[in-house]
Amino acid sequence: MSTQTPPAVAAPEPDEGLVIARKRASEGRRAEQRLGLMLCAPAVLVMLAVAAYPIAYAIYLSFFKADLRKPDANEFVGLSNYVTVLTSPIWWQSFGITMFITVIGAAAELVLGMLLALVMHRTLVGRGLVRTSALVPYAIVTVVAAFSWRFAWTQGIGWLAGDSAPLTDRWPSIWIIILAEVWKTVPFMALLLMAGLALVPEDLLKAASMDGASAWQRFWRVTVPLIKPSILVALLFRTLDAFRVFDNIFVLTGGSNDTSSVSMVAYNNLIRGLNLGIGSTMAVLIFITTAIIAFLFVKLFGAAAPGGSGSR
Amino acid sequence: MTAVPITPQRRIGWSVANAIVLVYAFVPIIWIISLSLKGDDTLNDGNFLPLNPDTTAYSDIFRNSDFIRALVNSIGICLIATGIALTLATMAAYAIARLEFPGKRAIVATSLLISMFPQIALVTPLFKIETAIGIFDTWPGLILPYITFALPLGIYTLSAFFREIPWELEKAAQMDGATPYQAFRRVIAPLALPGVFTTAILVFIACWNDFLFAISLTSTNSARTVPAAMSYFTGATTFEKPTAAIAAAAVVITIPIVLFVLFFQRRIVAGLTSGAVKG
Repeated sequence: MSTQTPPAVAAPEPDEGLVIARKRASEGRRAEQRLGLMLCAPAVLVMLAVAAYPIAYAIYLSFFKADLRKPDANEFVGLSNYVTVLTSPIWWQSFGITMFITVIGAAAELVLGMLLALVMHRTLVGRGLVRTSALVPYAIVTVVAAFSWRFAWTQGIGWLAGDSAPLTDRWPSIWIIILAEVWKTVPFMALLLMAGLALVPEDLLKAASMDGASAWQRFWRVTVPLIKPSILVALLFRTLDAFRVFDNIFVLTGGSNDTSSVSMVAYNNLIRGLNLGIGSTMAVLIFITTAIIAFLFVKLFGAAAPGGSGSR
Repeated sequence: MTAVPITPQRRIGWSVANAIVLVYAFVPIIWIISLSLKGDDTLNDGNFLPLNPDTTAYSDIFRNSDFIRALVNSIGICLIATGIALTLATMAAYAIARLEFPGKRAIVATSLLISMFPQIALVTPLFKIETAIGIFDTWPGLILPYITFALPLGIYTLSAFFREIPWELEKAAQMDGATPYQAFRRVIAPLALPGVFTTAILVFIACWNDFLFAISLTSTNSARTVPAAMSYFTGATTFEKPTAAIAAAAVVITIPIVLFVLFFQRRIVAGLTSGAVKG
């Protein structure tokens, strides 16, 4: 039963050509796939090595009693680190502060970011100047801006302080931390929103205006529904980012007067306490919280999962 | 846009709005510059602007070996991390934008997720790993963690840029008789370079801005970067507060970046938004 027998009558010449062409195409596609994977492999391997492996290691460490001062006394303790952390008032205190800063900060950033985006998008005079200067906070190192705010409110030095010392009280400190966070990230928020605004068809706004809609109505009824995806992506980015707040708190208060965020508490446990087990447990809990926030955004608000709804 | 007539009231209204934006953006930076120029005599006057500006703080920090060392560390570590991240990201982004292969969306999604990682979650295990393999408090000890955010940022920004490139032009050039190398060199490279360059700026700024890794994974000035070193500054005497020195150091590491960003404003805006919007 040889398939190679010379065709007697109707040699399906075109078919054979097609088979070869297909074979070539699928070889081509396979070669393309191979090249694609090869080009991505280094990046993927490096990401696994520097991000996935440490996280896995942190999960492993979180089940051990690991103290850097007693390197030989590593002992498996099951979930006891989690019990310790989750029953600790310091942890919940900092968790509450972090959540407060995240929620208030993200909300303020959304409102101010939208205002800034509208100015950058609509202004009739000096548009280039406004767009350029709005980037300044983005370009400044967070720690530098934090020092600027700290000195501004330092008694005797600062132009905002006068005789008061707000950074020695709890709530004034928290509000200053939020201000510093918001100041730094409003431009980023505004840029993301402005990219959304650019996609709103001018005709639609004009038509609404012809139908007698006020500027306020046009904004809420036309613009906002159209740029909802941009809003959600920007909000998701900022919420996850705000939850990691560290630099501003470190410089502004050093975590004194109960102003520590979860990142600060984890840092203190590791660097000052040298307690790897507890530090890792906190790292894992922060990681899980971030994952939950991202999940809620995607599920509840239908925020486009990153990379999931691209133009391609 | 042009349909809206520019009446004087509108002009004034927008000018006020613009002025608010300018004040918002520049006040903290003018304040830190002003503070760095205040001499010892006016440091405590609480004025927003210096009365008799003097530059002692600058000559002081440039004689401070800790600061010089930190500046060298910052520049070196950030450049190397940016270089490594960009090389790997360019390869991956080229494949993602141009080739069909399974899992390419997953790569973009994963890199976005990793860049949203809470960095503190990496600090604890990295502290242990780095002390174990002996790179704690060294340049590689900071370059490694910087790759964790630099590489994902590079991948998703660059793949958004590369998607916009009209790759057909390469074939068109080859039809016109160009060799594949010429087609790449003369047609594709000029189209791709602006995106690579912009991504390099964004990645470098992200590295330059890092504080958490720098403060956690160093213990001496051998790898400490400027943001971390600033909090260890001390005055000339133990009792003198290092306010002016910190302010001067802050200005030194800020002004070049600000000028750079202002100069490449358009590209940076495109880079910051492309990844997120078109992702």
